[in-house]
Parts: sequence; C-alpha cells; structure tokens
Amino acid sequence: MAFQPYVPPEQLMKDRSEYARKGIGRGKSVVALEYADGILFLAENPSATLHKISEIYDRIAFAGVGKYSEFEDLRIAGIRLADLRGFSYGREDVNAKTLANAYSQALSGIFTQQMKPYEVEILVGQVGDTPGENELYHVLFDGSVTDEQRFVGIGGKYDELTRHLKDTYEEGWDLPTAVRAAVAALAATEERDVPADQTEAAVLDRGRGRRKFLRLTDDQVASFLG
Amino acid sequence: MTDLPLPGGRQFGAGASFIELLAQSTDSAPAVIGRLPEGVAAPHGTTVLSLKFADGVIIAGDRRATEGYSIADEKIEKVFPADEYSAIAIAGAAGQATEIVKLFQTELEHYEKVQGDRLSLEGKANRLAQMIRQNFPMALQGLVVVPLFGGFDERRQEGRLFRYDATGGRWEEENFHATGSGGRVAKGTLKKRWRPGLSRAVAMQAAVEALRDASEEDAATGGPDPVRGIYPKVVVITSGGCEDVPDAEVKAAYDELMAGSS
Repeated sequence: MAFQPYVPPEQLMKDRSEYARKGIGRGKSVVALEYADGILFLAENPSATLHKISEIYDRIAFAGVGKYSEFEDLRIAGIRLADLRGFSYGREDVNAKTLANAYSQALSGIFTQQMKPYEVEILVGQVGDTPGENELYHVLFDGSVTDEQRFVGIGGKYDELTRHLKDTYEEGWDLPTAVRAAVAALAATEERDVPADQTEAAVLDRGRGRRKFLRLTDDQVASFLG
Repeated sequence: MTDLPLPGGRQFGAGASFIELLAQSTDSAPAVIGRLPEGVAAPHGTTVLSLKFADGVIIAGDRRATEGYSIADEKIEKVFPADEYSAIAIAGAAGQATEIVKLFQTELEHYEKVQGDRLSLEGKANRLAQMIRQNFPMALQGLVVVPLFGGFDERRQEGRLFRYDATGGRWEEENFHATGSGGRVAKGTLKKRWRPGLSRAVAMQAAVEALRDASEEDAATGGPDPVRGIYPKVVVITSGGCEDVPDAEVKAAYDELMAGSS
C-alpha cells in the first residue's frame, strides 16, 4: 500500500471547499426571484442550447452553476427521481423538498468520499398555488441546503447579487419588471451590460396548465428590457 | 436505447427512456397465467377512430366499457393527449390500456425533459409500437391492446396518424382509420364521409356520425346520450397543439347530425 501522509480533516475539507469555490467562481451566475405569478430564473448564458435552467417536473424547476457536466448529471438524476415518484405514487407527491434533500445527500457524499468535489451550486424551485407557498432551495457543493425566500443568487458572485437584489426587490412585481431587475442585478455584479441574447430565462408560472415551466425567448426578454 | 458502456463501466450518454429506468427500479414482471380464467372479466373499451382534416388530425372514441355481457362503465375515456402535439386512443382491455397510456405519456415527457427536445412524431410512433410489442404476452392471455396514434408532425407541418395491431405492428394511415369491436361500422361511415381537406366542423360531424353508427350496430359501443349529457370524447391536434374538444362542440355536431337525418 502506498504511503499516505496524514492530513488533518479540517485541512482536507478546507482544501476541497476552496477547490470547489474556485471552479464555481469561474462560471456565470443565476438569479431566481419570486414575482406576482410565480418564480423567475435568469442567467447570463451565451449558449442557446446548453441550458443552466430547466424543467424537472410539473411545478419544479432546476438551475445550476459551475461545471456543466456535473450539474447536467444532477439535473438528469432529478428528472429521473421525479418521474419515477410521480409514476409510482401520484403527481402531487413529487415536491421540491424531497429533491433538495436528495441533492443534498448526493452532494455531501461526493464532497466527503470522492477524489474531487463537484464544482456546482444548484437551485430547486417550486411554484405554489399562492405566492406564500413558493419554495426555493439552494444546495451547495458540500450538500448544505438553505431555504430561500423572495430572491436568491447563486454562483461565484452570489453575495453581490443578493446584496443588489436586497436593495431593489419589491414583492408583487410583474414579469417584465422582474426580468429587468434580474438583468440589472447581473449587470451590476458583472459591471457590464448583459444584452438579451446573452441571457437564458425561464419561469414557473402558476397560471399555466399542469406543466408550469416555460422558457422565455430572447425576443421576449428583449421586449421586456425595452 | 441502452446506453453504451464506456471503458470502466460508465454509461455513455444519459438514458432518455423512462421505461428502461422503470424496469431497472422494479422487478414487477407480469405474471404469465395462461388464458384469463372464466370468472375474471377484464373491462374492454370499444370503438375509437381517427381522421385527418385540413388543419391536422381528429381522434375520437365512444364512452362505453364492457365486461362480457355487462356494461362496466358508460363514461370511460379512451382518448388521451400523449403530449403537446399527439394523442392516443385505445381499444381493448381497459386496465392494460390505461397503464400503457400512462407509461407512454411519462416516456414522452421524460425524453423531452432529459433531451431538452421533443421526440419526432415518427419516434413517438415507433416507441409506442415497441410498447405494444412488450405487451404481447398479455395479449396472448386475452388482454389485447390496440391503439390508434395521431399527432401533428412539427417537422413536416402536417397531421399524421398510425394504427397498430396486437403484435406491435405499425402502419401509417393516409386518411382515416377506426378500430375496436365497432370499428368496421365506423370505418364504413368514414369511407363515405371523408374527403381531402375537410373543415374542422365537417370532420367533427363525420367522427360523431361514425361513432353513432357503430353504437347502433355494436352492443359494446356506447352511443351519445343527450339525456345524461354523455358525448363521445374528441381530441383535435393541429399546429397549435392538442386540444380536448369541449362537450358543447361535440353536442352541436351531434345535434346537427340528428337534425339532418330526421
């Protein structure tokens, strides 16, 4: 057996966290915020096909930042879990809390047991019948989960994003206002313009039918930005 | 659709099939019991039909389910939207059929979410054929499921329809088709009434008339029941997507038909 030098666990965890944070910091951020009809997710994403935001189930959406291959892995695992549950039990038995817990377990396992941690942060959002019933979970690379309200930014500059939104956020925004605010928050933290064709946006709109998830086109976003 | 293993046993590509996922996570292989014992009557659904019209495809079905000589249900639904641009109608053993429909709907949605893109209509029709083929052991026991599948082909920008047999055989129909115990009668009516480029209203009338004719000749097909407000279930699929036709519109088509024939 090869000689393994002793590394204190504190040091090991610290190194891994730093490694993961560095990876996440290289990517672009995602903003999620509650508006009058549901939840808006918006990211700066030059690619029109490699999504950061996507549908998981009827009322649930997923957003990931960091390493694409890793959050794509998690996204598909989430869809599999949700579809299996919904098929075996009932559609209403699939909820964001279960998913967030599953992600948390998976990420914490990877963080402590694998060679390298996942360089990702994810958001799981679920739109409720009333604004008070919306749920937003933020899961970090080490599996820690936080339950967010009203708005949240994830990615390398999440604290600046959150600080910016704290100053501007108002409850009951309509969609165009929410999109403008999200783009403004991204632009302010990046300190440059974020044009509509560089964004990726989607909503969970409680007014829609069974599947609440809807992608916004670049043209829609551009018309909101005016 | 099984993933190719990479060196080291890792799978290459994400599995987009829900059916394969379900098979991995359960071990509920259907029990082979030979023919159904005499006492076990499985409800059967009966006449379903489909026809093309100017904007797409109409799929319709009667509302009766039978168990042997009894009527099991007068309000059962046999036509279901499969996804945003396609619908499926079923004739045969109701329990088996609803399970296949639910599985098919989940399969299409699962694929769409994992791949970020809908299957082509051709792909959906093929997938359904494989599912019917998997049901073949059950068909041998008498639990036959024979679907009709129709949808709007987003690439070709036209409505298309497919019929199947119990072994999973799949054929594309040019104009119209009807299946189930009253299917022959319904097909006769459609043959007389169908023309290329029918309007929605006329096509709807043809569908309702065919189902009425089937119900008059076939005991296992339920006719419209104006007294209790039971009308055939009709789904219309066009470039705008899949739409459940409200009872009021089906009733109007039926009323017009009765007014014309009296």
